[in-house]
Amino acid sequence: MSIIRGEEMVLNIGPQHPSTHGVLRLKVKTDGEIVSEITPVIGYLHRCFEKHCENITYEQVIPYTDRCDYIAAMNNSFGYVIAIEEMMDIHVPERVEYIRVIMAELNRIASHLLALGTNGLDIGAFTPFLYMFRDREYILDLFETVCGARLLYNYMWVGGLSHDLPVGFVEAAYKFLDNFEPQIDEYNNLLMYNKIFVERTADVGVLPADVAINYGVSGPNLRGSGVKWDLRKNEPYSIYDRFEFDIPVGEGIMGSVGDCWDRYWVRIQEMRESVKIVRQALKQLPSEGDIHEAIPRKIRPPKGSIYKRTESPRGDLGYYIVSDGKPKPFRVKMRSPAFTAMSVLDEISRGWMLSDVLAILGSLDIVLGEIDR
Amino acid sequence: MINEQVAQKLETQFPGAVIVQEEPVEDCIMLTSDQWQDVAKFLRDDPELKFDSLQCITGVDLGDENPMDVRYNLHSMSLLHKIEIRIPVKKDNPTIPSIEKIWRIGDWFEREVYDMYGIRFEGHRDLRRMLLPEDWEGWPLRKDYETPQTYHGMVVPKVKS
Amino acid sequence: MGYLEHKFEDNIIVTKLDKLLSWARSTSPWYFQFGLACCAIEMMAAAASRHDLERIGMMPRSSPRQADVMIVAGTVSIKMAERVKRLYDQMADPKYVIAMGSCATSGGPYWQHGYHVLKGVDLIIPVDVYIPGCPPRPESLIEGLIKLQEKIRGERPLTKEKDA
Repeated sequence: MSIIRGEEMVLNIGPQHPSTHGVLRLKVKTDGEIVSEITPVIGYLHRCFEKHCENITYEQVIPYTDRCDYIAAMNNSFGYVIAIEEMMDIHVPERVEYIRVIMAELNRIASHLLALGTNGLDIGAFTPFLYMFRDREYILDLFETVCGARLLYNYMWVGGLSHDLPVGFVEAAYKFLDNFEPQIDEYNNLLMYNKIFVERTADVGVLPADVAINYGVSGPNLRGSGVKWDLRKNEPYSIYDRFEFDIPVGEGIMGSVGDCWDRYWVRIQEMRESVKIVRQALKQLPSEGDIHEAIPRKIRPPKGSIYKRTESPRGDLGYYIVSDGKPKPFRVKMRSPAFTAMSVLDEISRGWMLSDVLAILGSLDIVLGEIDR
Repeated sequence: MINEQVAQKLETQFPGAVIVQEEPVEDCIMLTSDQWQDVAKFLRDDPELKFDSLQCITGVDLGDENPMDVRYNLHSMSLLHKIEIRIPVKKDNPTIPSIEKIWRIGDWFEREVYDMYGIRFEGHRDLRRMLLPEDWEGWPLRKDYETPQTYHGMVVPKVKS
Repeated sequence: MGYLEHKFEDNIIVTKLDKLLSWARSTSPWYFQFGLACCAIEMMAAAASRHDLERIGMMPRSSPRQADVMIVAGTVSIKMAERVKRLYDQMADPKYVIAMGSCATSGGPYWQHGYHVLKGVDLIIPVDVYIPGCPPRPESLIEGLIKLQEKIRGERPLTKEKDA
């Protein structure tokens, strides 16, 4: 079959566009309606995270890590503090570990809710967005009772936490989980098995597993391609080896493995797994323990460097930290999962229609704060 | 230990590629930049190593007259091991072979390091500034960087009132 | 209308045209859906289920041509600043700007070492209302919008300006 080539047109999407999840600019080369090349232009939210780290002390870095990935702030500071703890050989009390896991998993649910809601919004489904934001607000309420903030928490500290759990938190968390679990089915009926949504996402933007690995794609995007890889299982950090949970992978139920629908499906399933983890953690949570016990007086990691990665809602979040034994870090590099997910966009959206690009972009779940840092 | 094994393997395969450290303080392999592309391909394809995932490329400015480092964190998803590779580059006119064709994510990582440190990756298909505007001057993460006073008429430092 | 329906004779309301105009403007300031960073998530939360901005007449518009209020929600980087200015220029008069969060107000946590952060959006466009917080809660955003409505209501768009 011969392909008729028309005249190529360059189209600019962004930096202000409702579907680009922030300030992203895409230079799209199109042939009619068919996309032939995409050049993402990033950096519109470059906030000099790495320069800041070199000029402030170790504990002052934590709020900045929150602001990098503002949708999953708990997970981001989690990765940073356990990297520092490993450098300094600090062992935190059991209670702290459990609270951290509870917070990280709740934040994962919140992050996935936002990702799924905006994914629907990008391709025209407005109602699920409102439903998901409703449930997200309940999680934010829980966080608010714990540390007073809704979005950026500064909750995880090196060696401990800023606040202990308030009275009644465990009951409130159970209540939330009981309410939330049936809601997932509601989302499925609203969006996931919706004919229009399936038509828009199934078989669209297929990301093969080997391409995903070569591009360093991780997290739900990689699992959507059928690779069973989750750092919580494969390289357990903190106390994740104590919990029972599955790693959902894309199976190509509606189309082929690795399409947009699979990535969506993995996120939905992951919320169920997170609920499972939170339940187990709440059950095993030790009632005694001083959460400030292990916080060091001075944070001065010994000379050396570390690369520590954790599983954030978007994938492998790595911190490369170089210390020269002074109170300020010598170098902090953040390897953000959204950055690598963004780089694969060009590869998987070639040959698709212009409107599919936004569906693909939404399914990759990018956060610009983390891409640009 | 994995570092030593890999270093030995590389030494027999590519004589002269590994820089022997007198006192190995950190878990890493120091390499020279001249054979880096072949070494990288070997690291990815050798059945005993299989470093299929490039986790991170970090540029580090060690300050003063020291050379800059480019550090690669490699992981193997099938064999579950990891190494760190460091390649020193000169501070004036820093160049290093590009590995973006071996691990495709290297493309963006290298552009980011170029943007922040001005290290040129030879053989890169599209080495442009990534995060900063194209006409930005200087390399922000070098230790001797000074923030410009203005950019296109906008005041950059905090205005003192 | 409920209680008031079919209760009156033919009516005349006496008011100043100025007041009528500013009243009409103040009750439906459509805002420009334009998120930059963290604060944009709180702006979305304010527009979504629980806080529901539409009940005070605020509706998101995706195009600057249709918007009255620009909420600068987040850090304005230097690369972005020229675009923000251009978007502001594209908006039709009368136009208002809300600087949401400490980044848009003054550079926020990035004021000292941020070589690529604009230290306050008021360096490039005029700002009507500043909302503090990092990020401000949706309630603070609503408070700021009500403040803006008050400001609009006090305007006299038709009256000749007296010499200052």
